[in-house]
Amino acid sequence: MEKTWNNKAWFMVLPVLVLVAFSAVIPLMTVVNYSVQDTFGNNEFFWAGTDWFIQVLQSDRFWDALTRNLIFSGIILAIEIPLGILIALNMPKKGLGVPVCLVLMSLPLLIPWNVVGTIWQVFGRVDIGLLGYTLDAIGVPYNYVNNVFDAWVTLIVMDIWHWTSLVVLLCYAGLVSIPDAYYQAAKIDGASRWAVFRYIQLPKMKRVLLIAFLLRFMDSFMIYTEPFVVTGGGPGNATTFLSIDLVKTAIGQFDLGPAAALSLIYFLIILLLSWIFYTVMTNSDAQS
Amino acid sequence: MARINLDHIRHAYGPNPKKPSDYSLKEVHHEWNDGGAYALLGPSGCGKTTLLNIISGLLQPSEGKILFDGKDVTNLSTQDRNIAQVFQFPVIYDTMTVYDNLAFPLRNRHVPETEVDRRVTEILEMIGLSDRARKKAQGLTADQKQKISLGRGLVRSDVSAILFDEPLTVIDPHMKWVLRSQLKRLHKQFGFTMVYVTHDQTEALTFADKVVVMYDGEIVQIGTPAELFEKPKHTFVGYFIGSPGMNVLPAKIDGSSVDLDGQKIALSFAPKFSAGAKTELGIRPEFIRLGREGMPVTISKVEDIGRQKIVRASFANRPIAIVVHEDGEIPAEPKVTFDPAAINIYADSWRVPDTSLVGGEA
Repeated sequence: MEKTWNNKAWFMVLPVLVLVAFSAVIPLMTVVNYSVQDTFGNNEFFWAGTDWFIQVLQSDRFWDALTRNLIFSGIILAIEIPLGILIALNMPKKGLGVPVCLVLMSLPLLIPWNVVGTIWQVFGRVDIGLLGYTLDAIGVPYNYVNNVFDAWVTLIVMDIWHWTSLVVLLCYAGLVSIPDAYYQAAKIDGASRWAVFRYIQLPKMKRVLLIAFLLRFMDSFMIYTEPFVVTGGGPGNATTFLSIDLVKTAIGQFDLGPAAALSLIYFLIILLLSWIFYTVMTNSDAQS
Repeated sequence: MARINLDHIRHAYGPNPKKPSDYSLKEVHHEWNDGGAYALLGPSGCGKTTLLNIISGLLQPSEGKILFDGKDVTNLSTQDRNIAQVFQFPVIYDTMTVYDNLAFPLRNRHVPETEVDRRVTEILEMIGLSDRARKKAQGLTADQKQKISLGRGLVRSDVSAILFDEPLTVIDPHMKWVLRSQLKRLHKQFGFTMVYVTHDQTEALTFADKVVVMYDGEIVQIGTPAELFEKPKHTFVGYFIGSPGMNVLPAKIDGSSVDLDGQKIALSFAPKFSAGAKTELGIRPEFIRLGREGMPVTISKVEDIGRQKIVRASFANRPIAIVVHEDGEIPAEPKVTFDPAAINIYADSWRVPDTSLVGGEA
């Protein structure tokens, strides 16, 4: 067939372009607008240039929150990815167990984030919560409201409870796509359990693991709702992540300029880190 | 390499089998000679793969025993049986190099590295992949991957038998020929016992010394390609082997005379069968002579397939196929004669032995 060369195709993408413009580009540009100006209300704006960015980047508050974010993401990735693989490996491959396990695994993912926060907030309370009360009763000192370590443990355990399922489901999908012949061949070749994992299961799961890793990194780096509900950023600022800090700046203090600058920096960090992870991981794939 | 005995093997996938129809694999009692090349031939779902997996130990038979060189291996795992198996789809370890793929079965068995290197180099030479030894196995073509699967079987010196489960399914037709002849050469050279599952009769017949034809979970005939062609033990073998398959016509048999819906043929023997059995006459299209004498037929279609012509005709109100040489003439008033030596009589689908040749088949 003869190909027609004209620009009509652009009209086809126009609706999507408009939609994206209204849902993403325009709000983002509003933020950019705020980040380079100062306002005292009344729709009066004064040019501020890069002042807000410099202010944010020079503040300890920003670097502390960023460090907390990185530590939090690092810990939950180090736990959720191996744990997810381990659970996926041990899930049944056929029979009645499959739907039962899949439903159980999906349950935490179906709960709204603020409800997850509320569940754990109540669960961990020393006066009425099952976990807090029990720990207190058996003599383990636990109080997420005034102990930094306890607050972090609570948030990490909550995130693992909430999100490991996602890693499990993705890994499981990768595992069930491996044909039986691979396992049979491995048996015939006398491969150990570890060799089967190392040379068959892990290579076949590589792609889904990449997705799981990226999703978990981005989500955990942007975490807001759960810590906001459980600890509110405390005790002190111990669990004040960038997102919580941002909301405090924007809505608590109405410092719209610095908040806009912070959110742009925040966005660029996530974009950069995700891009680095993706490039590194796909490059190692291409080399093999 | 080893002799394999299948001692009254039966297998059912469900628990507590009672009726014969509960068994996916009906009783198999047979010996495979050391160094033999056997093909398991049959349509999909006839139990070929079940039998193969029982031999390799991936499946435990519900009943019966398997012996390798007289040693009972029924309860041994696949690893301990020293079996190699090549699967329908090439199984390779993507992240390893070609060399490491071949070394894998040896290293798992803690073979010293010098010995590993010697064996792997030899096998690389044999399958013609020496120049790719250090490359990742991922980027290879399907037939190269399948060669690696085969190589992983050949690399172990202690292998009792190599089992092939339709290994050429995903290979291009012209590569099939190449691989098949290479495999045959390797078999001649090294004399491993070889069991080859296929549903392709050409593959089975060109490849194996003995062909095992399976049908509905049962071995219906074990024989050389010639035996399967000339004396199919079951009408299924007649249909399945040959292209076109054997003509099977309902026949009334009285003593040594056969009545094919009015057309009478005299046999050289009087078949014996239990009264009330469904009797049929089988004759291969190659043994029907088309000419001006004999019994009348009506020709409906002539297919020219190059060196031969296949004549589709109606004989005694039944469709039959006749193979005629490419320059064979087709008369205006066609008649047929059956080669008496090529007539097989079936009672309830099983061949009735011709008494004149008692002992001739075993």
